[in-house]
Amino acid sequence: MDFAFMRDAFLTLMAGVPLTLNLALTSIVFGAIFAMLLAVMRMSGLKILDWPAQAYVFVFRGTPLLVQIFLIYYGLGQFRPTLQEWGLWTFFREPFWCAVLALTLNTAAYGSEIIRGGLQSVPHNQVEAARACGMSGFLLFRRVIFPIAVRQALPAYGSEIILMVKATSLASIITMMEVTGLAAKLISQTFRAVEVFIVAGLIYLVLNFIITRIIMAIEWWLSPHLRRPPAVEPRLEAAHV
Amino acid sequence: MQQLSYFELVGFGPQGWGWALLTATGMTIAVAICGFLAGSVVGTLVAWGKIGGNVVIRSIADGYTTVLRGIPDLLVIYLFYFGGSAALGAIGSLFGADGFIGVPAFATGAMAIGIVSGAYQAEVFRGAYQVVSRGELEAARSVGMHRWLMFRRIIAPQVLRYAIPGLGNTWQLVLKESALISVTGLVELLRQSHIAAGSTRRPFDFYLTAAVLYLLITWVSTYLFQRAETHSLRGMRRAS
Repeated sequence: MDFAFMRDAFLTLMAGVPLTLNLALTSIVFGAIFAMLLAVMRMSGLKILDWPAQAYVFVFRGTPLLVQIFLIYYGLGQFRPTLQEWGLWTFFREPFWCAVLALTLNTAAYGSEIIRGGLQSVPHNQVEAARACGMSGFLLFRRVIFPIAVRQALPAYGSEIILMVKATSLASIITMMEVTGLAAKLISQTFRAVEVFIVAGLIYLVLNFIITRIIMAIEWWLSPHLRRPPAVEPRLEAAHV
Repeated sequence: MQQLSYFELVGFGPQGWGWALLTATGMTIAVAICGFLAGSVVGTLVAWGKIGGNVVIRSIADGYTTVLRGIPDLLVIYLFYFGGSAALGAIGSLFGADGFIGVPAFATGAMAIGIVSGAYQAEVFRGAYQVVSRGELEAARSVGMHRWLMFRRIIAPQVLRYAIPGLGNTWQLVLKESALISVTGLVELLRQSHIAAGSTRRPFDFYLTAAVLYLLITWVSTYLFQRAETHSLRGMRRAS
C-alpha cells in the first residue's frame, strides 16, 4: 500500500467532489418538484392524470439509468436539426445538462412513489380534526397533510438521495469528470486500481455519511412529539427545607 | 442511400439488427442471472456472519454491507475490471508472460454484480431469517438435527419463502446494474445498441429499442416473481 500515492490520489479526486455534489443537488431539487407533481397526479383520482403518471413511473423505474442517459445525450443528437431550430440544442449539447435531466427524470419516478406513500399515510382523523377547526384547501394541506407526510416519507427519501449521489457516477460515462470519472482516468493512467478504488470509495462513503446525518437531524427536528421531554432539574432550595 | 424505416432497422431483414439485439438481450439476461446467483451465495454467507458470527465476523459483515451499499456500482466494476487485469498481469509475469492481460468481461461483470448484490441480498436474507419461528428451530434441534440438515430442511425453505419479495427487488437492481457492465466491453444489450447506433447514426432508435427490451425483461420478471410468491405462500394463512 503506497500512502504517498494515495494522498496524491485523494487530492486529485477531491477536485471532482464539487461536480458530484452539483449534479446530485440540482437533480434532487428539480426531481423532488417533479415527483410532487407526479404524486399529486396519481392521487387526483382522475384517470386522465393518474394513467400517464403511472406509465411514466413504470417506464423510468423499469429501465436502467444509463440507457436513459444515453437516450438523452446520444439519442437526441439524431434530431439535431429540429432541436437547433427550436433553440434547445445549446441545452442538449452539454453533457452536464443531459446528465441532470436524466437524473431528474429518474429520481422523480422513484420519489413520486415515496411521496405518495407519505401522503397516503396521513391518518384520516387528523384531516377530520383539521376540517372541524375550519381548515380546508391549501391551509389544510400546508398545516396538516404536508408536514405529516414529509415526516413519514423522509427516511425513504433519504435513501433515495443516497442513491442519487451514487447515480451521479454514471455521468462520468458521458465525459463528466466527477469523482468516478477522475478515478477511472487515474486508474487507466497508473493501473493502481485498488488504491484509487479505496480513496474514491472513501470519498463517497464520507459524503453519504454526512448526508445520512443531515437527514437524521431533519427527522429529529420534524418529530418533537417523539422526543423525550427535557429532564426538569430538581430545584436546589427544595432540598434544604 | 435511402433512409431505412425504423422497423427495417431493428427488424430481422438483411439490414436489420434484430438478431444482434436479441443475442445481446440474452447476454444481458445471462450476466444478470450469473451475477444474481453469485450474489445469493455471497449474501447467504454474509447473512450467516451477521446472524451467527462472533464480534469480529459480525463487524466485518456489517462493514461489507455498509461499504458496498454506500459506493457507486460503477466503481466496483472498475475495480474488478482494471484490478482483475492487473492481478492477472502480475500472475502472468511470474510465468514469463508480459504485457496487459485482459480479464474476461463476462466473469468480471458477473463477479462485480455478485459482490454488490450480495450486500443487498444479505440484508434480505437476514430480515427473512428473523421471521422464521424460533420454536421451529428449537424443535429441529430437539429431534437431533445437525446444523447443515437444519439449514437444508428448516431454515432455507422458509427463508426463501419470506425473501421472495425482497429478492425480486434485488433482481430488478441487478438487471439495471448489468447495463453498467457495458463499460468493460461485454456485448450486452446496451453495448450492442451503442455499436449499432454508431454504425447507423440512428442512436435514438436503438437506445429506445434497448429501453423497450429492458422494460420487457422487467415486466416478465415481475410477473414471474409474483407467481413464485403466490406459489410459495400456498397453504399459508394470511393476516388479512
